[in-house]
Amino acid sequence: MAERRREILIDPVSRVEGHARISILFDERGAVSDARLHVTEYRGFEHFCRGRLVWEMPRLTSRICGVCPVSHSVTSARAGDDILAVAVPRTAEQLRRVLILAQWVQSHALSFFHLSSPDLLLGRETRAAERDFFAVMRDNAEFARRGIRLRKWGQDVIARIAGRRIHSDYAIPGGVARPLPERDRDIILDGLPEAHNTMRQALDIMKALLETRDGESEMAGNFPSLFMGLVGADGGLEYYDGHLRIMDAAGNILADGVDPRGYRDIIAEDTEPWSYLTFPYYAPLGRDAGMYRVGPLARLNVCAHTGSPKSDHELAEFRQRGGGRGPEHHSLLYHLARLIEVLFALERIEELLIDPETLRTDTLRSRAFSNRTQGIGVTEAPRGTLFHNYSAGSDGVITHVDLLIATAQNNLAMNRSIRQIAAHCIPRADTDVDERILNRIEAGIRSYDPCFSCSTHALGRMPMQIEFRTEEGRVLGRFSRTPR
Amino acid sequence: MEGRMSIGSIWLGGCSGCHMSFLDLDERLFQLLERADIVFSPLSDRRELPDALDVLLVEGAVALSGQAELLRDLRSRTRTVVAFGDCAVVGNVTAMRNHLDLTSMLRHTYGAEGARMGHDPAHHLPAMLDEVLPLHRVIDIDIFLPGCPPPADLIWYTVHELLEGRHPVIDEKRLRYG
Repeated sequence: MAERRREILIDPVSRVEGHARISILFDERGAVSDARLHVTEYRGFEHFCRGRLVWEMPRLTSRICGVCPVSHSVTSARAGDDILAVAVPRTAEQLRRVLILAQWVQSHALSFFHLSSPDLLLGRETRAAERDFFAVMRDNAEFARRGIRLRKWGQDVIARIAGRRIHSDYAIPGGVARPLPERDRDIILDGLPEAHNTMRQALDIMKALLETRDGESEMAGNFPSLFMGLVGADGGLEYYDGHLRIMDAAGNILADGVDPRGYRDIIAEDTEPWSYLTFPYYAPLGRDAGMYRVGPLARLNVCAHTGSPKSDHELAEFRQRGGGRGPEHHSLLYHLARLIEVLFALERIEELLIDPETLRTDTLRSRAFSNRTQGIGVTEAPRGTLFHNYSAGSDGVITHVDLLIATAQNNLAMNRSIRQIAAHCIPRADTDVDERILNRIEAGIRSYDPCFSCSTHALGRMPMQIEFRTEEGRVLGRFSRTPR
Repeated sequence: MEGRMSIGSIWLGGCSGCHMSFLDLDERLFQLLERADIVFSPLSDRRELPDALDVLLVEGAVALSGQAELLRDLRSRTRTVVAFGDCAVVGNVTAMRNHLDLTSMLRHTYGAEGARMGHDPAHHLPAMLDEVLPLHRVIDIDIFLPGCPPPADLIWYTVHELLEGRHPVIDEKRLRYG
C-alpha cells in the first residue's frame, strides 16, 4: 500500500463498565503519533440534581453507577452530613465503612474475574469469540465459580446491611436507615474463610502471571506520574475519612494533610473536543507534569501501611517489586493492588463486625435541618478518590453540584497508557494489525478498571471497525473485527 | 424451546446496574449457560451481530445519536426484545435531563465550544439527543421488565420462562419500579 495509514479506530472498548472508543493516530512516517480514549456520553447529573432536596441526593446519585452505587450514595450522604453540620453516630459510620469495603470486594472481584481474567488467563492468541468470562466459566469452571462466589459474598454483605444489592436507600445525611441484625452479621462472618481462600489463590495466580510477563510491563503502560489517595492520621490506607496525600513519581510527598474540602484548590480540569470525560490534573504542576493516578495502585503507593496483618505482608512484598525504591509505575500492577485491597477489605470488615458497637440499634442517625450552605463528601471508591460537593439553601434545596469522579482522574494516564502500548505493538507503518493486537491496547485500559458509567454513557454494541485513511481523509480500506 | 437459546444484551443510556443485577444471578449463570449462549454482551469481545437472535436485553434509554438506528437493526434480527430496567421502560433517571437546555449544559461543562460536542466526525463522539426516549418510543417491545435495577430473581424468572417457551407474566406480584 503506497498511501500511509492515518488512523485506527477501536469501537467499542469491550469488557469495561460503560462505553468508550480508542483512536490511534499515525504521523507522516507511519509511526504512532498519538492515541486517544474517547468517552462517549455525558449524563448531566450536575444539572438535573439542582432543585432536589439534600435528603434525596444519596438515592439519586447512586444511579450514577450500578457498579459502585454504594460509593456514590455514601459519599453523597457524607456531603449531606456536612450540610446538616452533624456528627454521625459511630455505629452508622462503622456500617457505612463496612458497606464501602464490601463494595471494594464485589467491584474488585468483577474487575479481576469477570472482566480481566480472559486477558490474564487465556493466551495472547485467543480469538475474540473465545475471549470472555463465559468462556472462562466453560473452560475453567472452578476458577470462575470462585470469582462468582466472591462477588456474591460482597454483594450479599451490602444486601444484608442496606436491604438490597444495587441502589439501596440506606445511607442518608446524618447516618443510616437501619441497624444490622446480629444474625446477618454472623452469616457475613461465616463467609470470610472461603473469601480468604479465594483471595489466596487469586494472589498466587496473579503473581505467577507477573513472573511470566516480566519485561512486558509496557503492555499496560509503565511511566512516571503523580499518585493521589486518602490516608489516615498515621499515614495508613484510608477509604472513608482522612486527608489527601499526593506523591510524585520518585516517592516524594508533594502535599500531605490536605483537607479534602480544599480539593478544588489543588485539582484543575481540562477538556478536549474528542471526549466527554474531563481531564483533571494536579493544578500546581500544570496539565503535563500534573498527571496523576488514583485507585488501587495509587492508594498502595501513597499509604504507609494498611494496618492489617495479611494485607500489610502483601504490601511489603508488593513494594519489593521495584526494589523498594519508590512508587510502582506499572499499570499492570493495578490488578495485583486490587487483590491486596480485597484482602485488606476482608480483614477490616471482620474487625468492624466483631465490634459490638456496630450492632447497636439505638443511635443510627443524627437529625438536623440544613445548617451550612456547602457540603463536601469524599471517600475512596473502588477506582479512586470520589468527591461530591453540593451547595444548598437553608431549606435543603440543592443549588449547585460538583462531582469529581475517580475514573476521570485517571483519564490522562489512560491516554498515556494506550499511546505507549500502541507504539509498542505497532512499531512500523507496515505492521499487520489484527484484533488480537488491538485487544492488548484495550487490556491496557482494563488494568485501570475504568467505570465510564460513572461519568458517561454509551453507545451499545457495534461491530468494531478499523478504517485506513489518507491524509485527505479518503478511506482506503475498512475492516470489521468480525465481518458479517 | 428446542435447541439452545441465543441471548444478546446491550446497554444504552443508564448506569450498568441492570447488567450488574444480571451478574447477580451468581451460580445460576452456570445453569443459564447449560441451555443458552450469550452471543454478544458488554462483557464479551464477540462483536458480530447475529442474523437471528432469540432474546435481546436492552438496558438504558435512547440518549445518543446512533442508538435508535442500532435498536431498529437489532429489533429486525430478534424474536423477543426485553426492555430491561426502568431507564429502558420509562426513561427514569437518564431522562431527568429532558427538561433542561442541552446547549447550556454542554457549554457549562465544556466551555464556549461545548455545544459542538459530538458534531465533528473527526472527534469520534456521538451527539447527545435533545430528548432521552424510553425504548418503546423507538421500537416494539415484547417484555417490559421494570426495576432500578430489576432484581436478579425477576431476571431469572423471565429468562427461565423464555427457556421453557412461555411468555413471562409480569403481574402485580412482580411489577415494581425503582
